[in-house]
Amino acid sequence: MLKTFRIGGIHPPGNKLSVHRTIEVIPVPQQVVVPLSQHIGAPATVVVAKGDAVKAGSLLAKAGSFVSANIHSPVSGTVVKIDDAVDASGYKRPAVFIAVEGDVWEESIDRDSTLKKNCELSSKEIIDKIAEAGIVGMGGATFPTHVKLSPPAGMKAEILLINAAECEPYLTSDHQLMMEKGEEILVGISLLMRAIGVNKAAVGIENNKQDAIRHLTALAKEYPNIAVVPLKVQYPQGGEKQLIDAVIGKQIASGALPISVGAVVQNIGTAFAVYEAVQKNKPLFERVVTVTGKQLAQPRNVLARIGTPVSALIEFAGGLPDDTGKIISGGPMMGKALVDTSVPVTKGTSGILILSEPESKRKEMRNCIRCSKCLQACPMGLEPNLLATVSEFEDWEKAEQIHITDCLECGCCNYVCPANRPLLDYVRMGKGKVTRIIQSRNN
Amino acid sequence: MANQLTISPSPHIHSGDSVEKKMYGVLIALIPAFIVSLVYFGLGALIITAVSVLSCVLFEYLIQKYLINGRTTVGDGSAILTGVLLAFNLPSNLPVWIVILGALVAIGIGKMSFGGLGNNIFNPALIGRVFLLISFPAQMTSWPQPGFFPLEYADAATGATTLSLIKGHFGELPATSAMVLGKMGGSFGEVGSLALIAGFCYLLWKKIISWHIPVIMILTVAAFTGIMHAIHPSQYADPFVHVFSGGLLLGAIFMATDYVTSPMSKKGMVVYATGIGILTSIIRLFGAYPEGVSFAILIMNAFTPLINAYIKPKRFGKEAKNG
Repeated sequence: MLKTFRIGGIHPPGNKLSVHRTIEVIPVPQQVVVPLSQHIGAPATVVVAKGDAVKAGSLLAKAGSFVSANIHSPVSGTVVKIDDAVDASGYKRPAVFIAVEGDVWEESIDRDSTLKKNCELSSKEIIDKIAEAGIVGMGGATFPTHVKLSPPAGMKAEILLINAAECEPYLTSDHQLMMEKGEEILVGISLLMRAIGVNKAAVGIENNKQDAIRHLTALAKEYPNIAVVPLKVQYPQGGEKQLIDAVIGKQIASGALPISVGAVVQNIGTAFAVYEAVQKNKPLFERVVTVTGKQLAQPRNVLARIGTPVSALIEFAGGLPDDTGKIISGGPMMGKALVDTSVPVTKGTSGILILSEPESKRKEMRNCIRCSKCLQACPMGLEPNLLATVSEFEDWEKAEQIHITDCLECGCCNYVCPANRPLLDYVRMGKGKVTRIIQSRNN
Repeated sequence: MANQLTISPSPHIHSGDSVEKKMYGVLIALIPAFIVSLVYFGLGALIITAVSVLSCVLFEYLIQKYLINGRTTVGDGSAILTGVLLAFNLPSNLPVWIVILGALVAIGIGKMSFGGLGNNIFNPALIGRVFLLISFPAQMTSWPQPGFFPLEYADAATGATTLSLIKGHFGELPATSAMVLGKMGGSFGEVGSLALIAGFCYLLWKKIISWHIPVIMILTVAAFTGIMHAIHPSQYADPFVHVFSGGLLLGAIFMATDYVTSPMSKKGMVVYATGIGILTSIIRLFGAYPEGVSFAILIMNAFTPLINAYIKPKRFGKEAKNG
């Protein structure tokens, strides 16, 4: 029996249209827009001014606090302005606009593609390099990586878990990255292990990526401390708590961190970024993005510089289909619908998904028939129908009692609801409200 | 851009499941039992099913359209299902006007007075059935005997049901094969045990219901009646008779599993089904009525909100120590 998490979950159609498509490099655009807030935490503080010349890899903005991340220029050129730009959240937020001239990289970056395995750096030096390179969780959550690698005092990590579940339908960027950069990823994992001082790591890969499982297992023979663990295909396996439950069979208590069970979880894409940062001195300024959709002419995996407009990626994949109804940054379960195609690629952009007009429409909502499909699907063991109802009626006390803050917003409840109820819309609103109430009570 | 983009929160895909699929799925699962009832009760079964379904659909439509002045949702299949389940719980010689009255009570009082599908507390078909049983005890307990595609309707020859036989003094019970296949007296939809079990398999396969309620409920009845039979074999029939006669299978598979009126969590379902099983056995063995499934389900329907409030699904990490 393949391992998986024990509570809830769904199995939506995979629709991995771009599977096995070689990662192709998108040409550098004429202008990039680099948002200062591409991560969870404080926005970065800009350190360049209008008119400054920058190279690819030059620091544009410094981490604004401990939970924040550096941001580097993805291109060479001139800073045109620092102004607000609409990002994937739909809000206007400060960004650095750079007019591209040529493609000159900082001299410190090692552009040689030969594998570099050896590393003599200490844990702290590795973490500092990761922080310096502005690495954040590449799966889409964008939590600054150096923060996750620095556990609170008294907590000791025992195992590093690498999330290569890629449980979101459509997305294939992690899969392809494993096929093309397997050795680099394993070096990256070794670096992460050294950073947190563990001698055990496990890479969780869903069983729909058989070739990646075989490939990494073969490569990992040289790394006796890294295990490749095939997982049963089930969404949301990539959820941090679900992955830990699936791989090591431990459940984290409500509100606790993975470190409470001795685990640190990193995304497979993050492991690759760590390799590049530590071994090649390359800051995080480009990433692999799946560009996909059933109507799209050529779904593919591309390597895009941060700040590249989404429109350039769509053009590269055959242009925007006529009946486009929705453009999503990320996967269909947790991604964000974009307001237009000028939105730039950021560190957390794992995919661009085009849905057609009919696919974009929600169906008519009915009365809840109490079929309990949402209870069975909820990977946190919550009661989504009840959470939605108490949120609708703004009973925040009750919402807190029935653990609304445990919700990870995976969307399983919405997905299965036969009455098409927008359960997660309500729960998300309620969770936000209750979180603020708890914060104000604690202050 | 040629068209406006849709902006909505995630998730952006849906399973495609719908209330209609659930309801029509249950109707498909009832087809084998319907065929069995046509074989043994012929024209009567056909007339009553048709009248019950049409009345339920019509009453729901009229109430939604003219009393509530709202959207009509008769297309969702739930009124058809109520109609079929009500009919299946009736004798095949019941006068048409009584069937219509039952449909009015089922839909009007059992369902629409609470706000329609999803808001009712009690199983509407059972509300209709129990109303008829109390109001028309004579007509509701005259059971036509099974034939082979009989064409008699109102003038069919009547006799006792298996449960009423064991209630008094042990009469001549139907053969085991007759109890399994359905060639025995009773409400015409409840007799085809094998057909009902086939429907259960379909419901499980299509994941429309889980096994918990039917299996626990049947096992409870079997255990309860089995113990009583072991103590007093001459007074109480063996559990096989209790499981394969009367409305237990129909009730366990199709009535107690009604989404709206049964608990949400698996543990809650177990409590609910155990309760129905015990109540059914008590009524059958010690009560005035030979059959108790309908009453037992309605009583446990009333406990469903309480069960939902106190028995919660197992939360992630509940047993874990906070680190």
